[in-house]
Amino acid sequence: MNDKLVGQPLVRKEDPRLLRGDGRYLDDLGRGALAAAFVRSPVAHARITGIDVDEALDVEGLVAIYTHEDLPGRIAEPLPLLIPHPDLTHPRTPYCLANGEVNHVGEAVVMVVATDRYLAEDVAERIRVTYEDLPPVVGIDQARAGERLVHEDAPGNVAARSVQTNGKGEAHEAIASAPHRLALDLHIERSASMPMEGKGVLAHWDADDRTLRVHSSTQTSTSVRLAVAAKLELPPDRVEVITPDVGGGFGVKIVHPWPEEILVPWAAMTLGRDVKWVEDRREHFTSSAHERAQQQHVEVGFDEAGRLLGLSVEIWHDNGAYVPYGIIVPIVTSTQLLGPYKVGAYRVEFTSLYTNTVIVTPYRGAGRPQGVFAMERTMDAIAEYLGMDRLAVREANLIQPEEMPYDQGLVFQDGRPLIYDSGDYPTMLRMIRDLVGWDGFEAERAAAAAEGRRIGIGIGAYVEGTGMGPYEGAHVKVETTGEVVVSTGLTTQGQGHYTSLAQIAADVLGVGVGDVTVITGDTRRFKYAVGTFASRAIVTSGNAVAIAAAKVAEKAKRIAAAALGDGVAPEDLELVDGRVRRRADPATAIDLRTVAVLSNPLRYAFDEETKAATQFAAATATGEEPGLEATGYYMPERSTYAAGAHGVVVETDPETADIRILRYCVVHDCGVVVNPRIVEGQVHGGVAQGIGGALYERIVYDDAGQLVNASYMDFLIPFATEVPHIQTAHMVTASGLNPLGLKGAGEAGVIPTSAVVASAIEDAEGLAVRRMPISPSELYELRKARQARKEQVSA
Amino acid sequence: MTEQVHQITVTVNGVARRGEVPARRLLADFLRMDLGLTGTHLGCEHGVCGACTLLLDGVPVRSCLILAVSADGHAVTTVEGCCEAGGELGPVQQAFQDCHGLQCGFCTPGFITTITAYLEENPKPTEEEAREAIGGNLCRCTGYQNIVKAVLRAADLKRERESADE
Repeated sequence: MNDKLVGQPLVRKEDPRLLRGDGRYLDDLGRGALAAAFVRSPVAHARITGIDVDEALDVEGLVAIYTHEDLPGRIAEPLPLLIPHPDLTHPRTPYCLANGEVNHVGEAVVMVVATDRYLAEDVAERIRVTYEDLPPVVGIDQARAGERLVHEDAPGNVAARSVQTNGKGEAHEAIASAPHRLALDLHIERSASMPMEGKGVLAHWDADDRTLRVHSSTQTSTSVRLAVAAKLELPPDRVEVITPDVGGGFGVKIVHPWPEEILVPWAAMTLGRDVKWVEDRREHFTSSAHERAQQQHVEVGFDEAGRLLGLSVEIWHDNGAYVPYGIIVPIVTSTQLLGPYKVGAYRVEFTSLYTNTVIVTPYRGAGRPQGVFAMERTMDAIAEYLGMDRLAVREANLIQPEEMPYDQGLVFQDGRPLIYDSGDYPTMLRMIRDLVGWDGFEAERAAAAAEGRRIGIGIGAYVEGTGMGPYEGAHVKVETTGEVVVSTGLTTQGQGHYTSLAQIAADVLGVGVGDVTVITGDTRRFKYAVGTFASRAIVTSGNAVAIAAAKVAEKAKRIAAAALGDGVAPEDLELVDGRVRRRADPATAIDLRTVAVLSNPLRYAFDEETKAATQFAAATATGEEPGLEATGYYMPERSTYAAGAHGVVVETDPETADIRILRYCVVHDCGVVVNPRIVEGQVHGGVAQGIGGALYERIVYDDAGQLVNASYMDFLIPFATEVPHIQTAHMVTASGLNPLGLKGAGEAGVIPTSAVVASAIEDAEGLAVRRMPISPSELYELRKARQARKEQVSA
Repeated sequence: MTEQVHQITVTVNGVARRGEVPARRLLADFLRMDLGLTGTHLGCEHGVCGACTLLLDGVPVRSCLILAVSADGHAVTTVEGCCEAGGELGPVQQAFQDCHGLQCGFCTPGFITTITAYLEENPKPTEEEAREAIGGNLCRCTGYQNIVKAVLRAADLKRERESADE
């Protein structure tokens, strides 16, 4: 052994448990707990004029009914603004239960607690809430018009307006003086994370110990803990938050505290009983969060070679009814829009707008798919205008490897400068050119055309800031059994951390991956963490695990050296195969588990093993803290930038306008890869969500603000039959910013998908695609509009 | 208001289980709440996602659309029942681990039961057939690439294990 485990495509340690049905997701816990259900607003914008519970009171099993008036202290105040920003001038956050006014369908108005969920729903449906309707603001056009207001004290429905420039000249002047200019108007519609498991909270109040234990299906247990402690006015050390197995997150579960994360623990404390709430699918649609919806206006100036000289982008971002997560999504769009390109003078302005719809917070990709859509549509428009090859336009604008690190001159979502640390974008484009068959495509097109088929090819690239701070940490301990226990504060929701983090620790400690147990998202085990989002877990926690494990290894060497005696120095030793041994003489060795025993000098032995650590036995190292364990933190100086390029071939049906993906190719660079099998899986999943976002998934609100497709029957997540075979190729440009050279991979697959699919449809059809997702009927309408224009011209 | 309860007996993973349930209790909730068999997951509760799929007399059904009382006298196989007799992973489960066919694992039980029944019907599917076989279950994590592979791998494992038993 001792081949490095990092880099190996190991099967996952967590799988057997999940495959047997022994996973423990939120709703699998708390049998016998009281159940909560919510009465939610059926209207988009209204004043609450009355709440009548009389009819509900005789439901057997009813325990409690709560409205806003029942909530004490800080629980009655609005939920926190998680990420304040100077440009967020009119922040509004929701109440746990509506305080006299509702601002979107699905907003919680009344909380019911009963002996089981069936009965809680019986109670909820007997509660009569009366509303006085207010005019709803639905969609970006209506929000921009500002004639109706979501919040009376947020004029023009504007939550934030923000401008960034890259310090490379005045964009409008650069565009005006450029040899060529183009303008594009682009639209992206609403979509949503839609994890297969919704949210859920279980709370247990120990009145004797005065401690609160909360289980939540969240992407951040440590932050939920602090938020719950603050709202319930408990010392944080009296609150434990545990994240059990989580059935997917994709961004929506990073938002916290959700109203239910405050109300359920409060009810448990108030009632002295365990209380559980599990979100149903309709609730998830109407009361969690969405993303994506933006309008964009792009102006670009360029030269004969297609090189960008100036770029100006205006973005109107629909943030829904409240902004608890601040303006992170439009900041990410604004900054990551630049991709692997040099754009000359850049100016971006976004306006974040309130609408009477559910909140908008990061969904995998978090604003990047919209930014990449804007940039790649622009590249294609330039190619079309100049009659150039689309790939050649991109190549003309690429940042070259020798220009790294490359400062884009902007401030990224982590508040740090947007400096690309490493990457080889020309190689990346060459690889995708080969993989997708760019050069041979005209022959392929001709062959298809000869059969009466219409096909098109699209390509696009992105850069993704990953591994942002402020930090993650880990505690690594070698037990006296030899088991290595790694605890990290961030949560896991399918990314395989139990395996990948074990690989990292095992390498440092010279043990097998089977010897390592990883614990995530449990504040009893590790209290300091940020969370699992923004493709940051493996970079931040991975390096923290390596740092903590290295401290443990050093300590093991010191203790082992003392135990081995005979002039052995710690620096003579290495950790291999579960032993600490002398490099020059591997037979001189001591088991790591024995070192763990010796690390804790004992007065009293309790078994054969521990006799070795008692006072009249072996030499133990002096001056050491007890326990073969250490805590380490990794605090990145700034984000590290992963990159990729996708290529797609689509076929469009000349009659039905059906759109089918024939080939989907991915080139992906996330630096050093810890577990290629897991990274590949992340890419696959991202691409499938990207295809959903390009062709199928859209959240539809009608003019009254009703979410008309709030079910899996009507919101079309791709099945296996809609996702094509995905071909992948990987390249590695290590990050110089962290000890392991890692970059994040979680969001990669989803980022350029809408852009490349739009590009391929344009190529197949010879018409401009400016709005995504696109359905066959929309493509049909585009064809009709083009036909009408042609007829107008010929008339 | 008091709910009337009904006596039912359902053979779950080979064991007769008795229960007293209200008429409206879903089969999925009977398994999860009354029997504590939480391997069966509810993803949409309207019959689309397939996470709650189990086998009713060997046939895949959505347990969010079936009342527990209507399973009275019938046999149910859940993901917990897809293991080998000795408790080792069954062929479909093993194939999912081998092929990285799961990430968060929430939809997985519905795939395991669906594929288990499918391979009885078609022991040697092609890749296209494998894709079609899982075409009624939603997964939000994997993009289905490795689940398709797992169907094919499971077919191989099943045959290998069956021939080893002979």
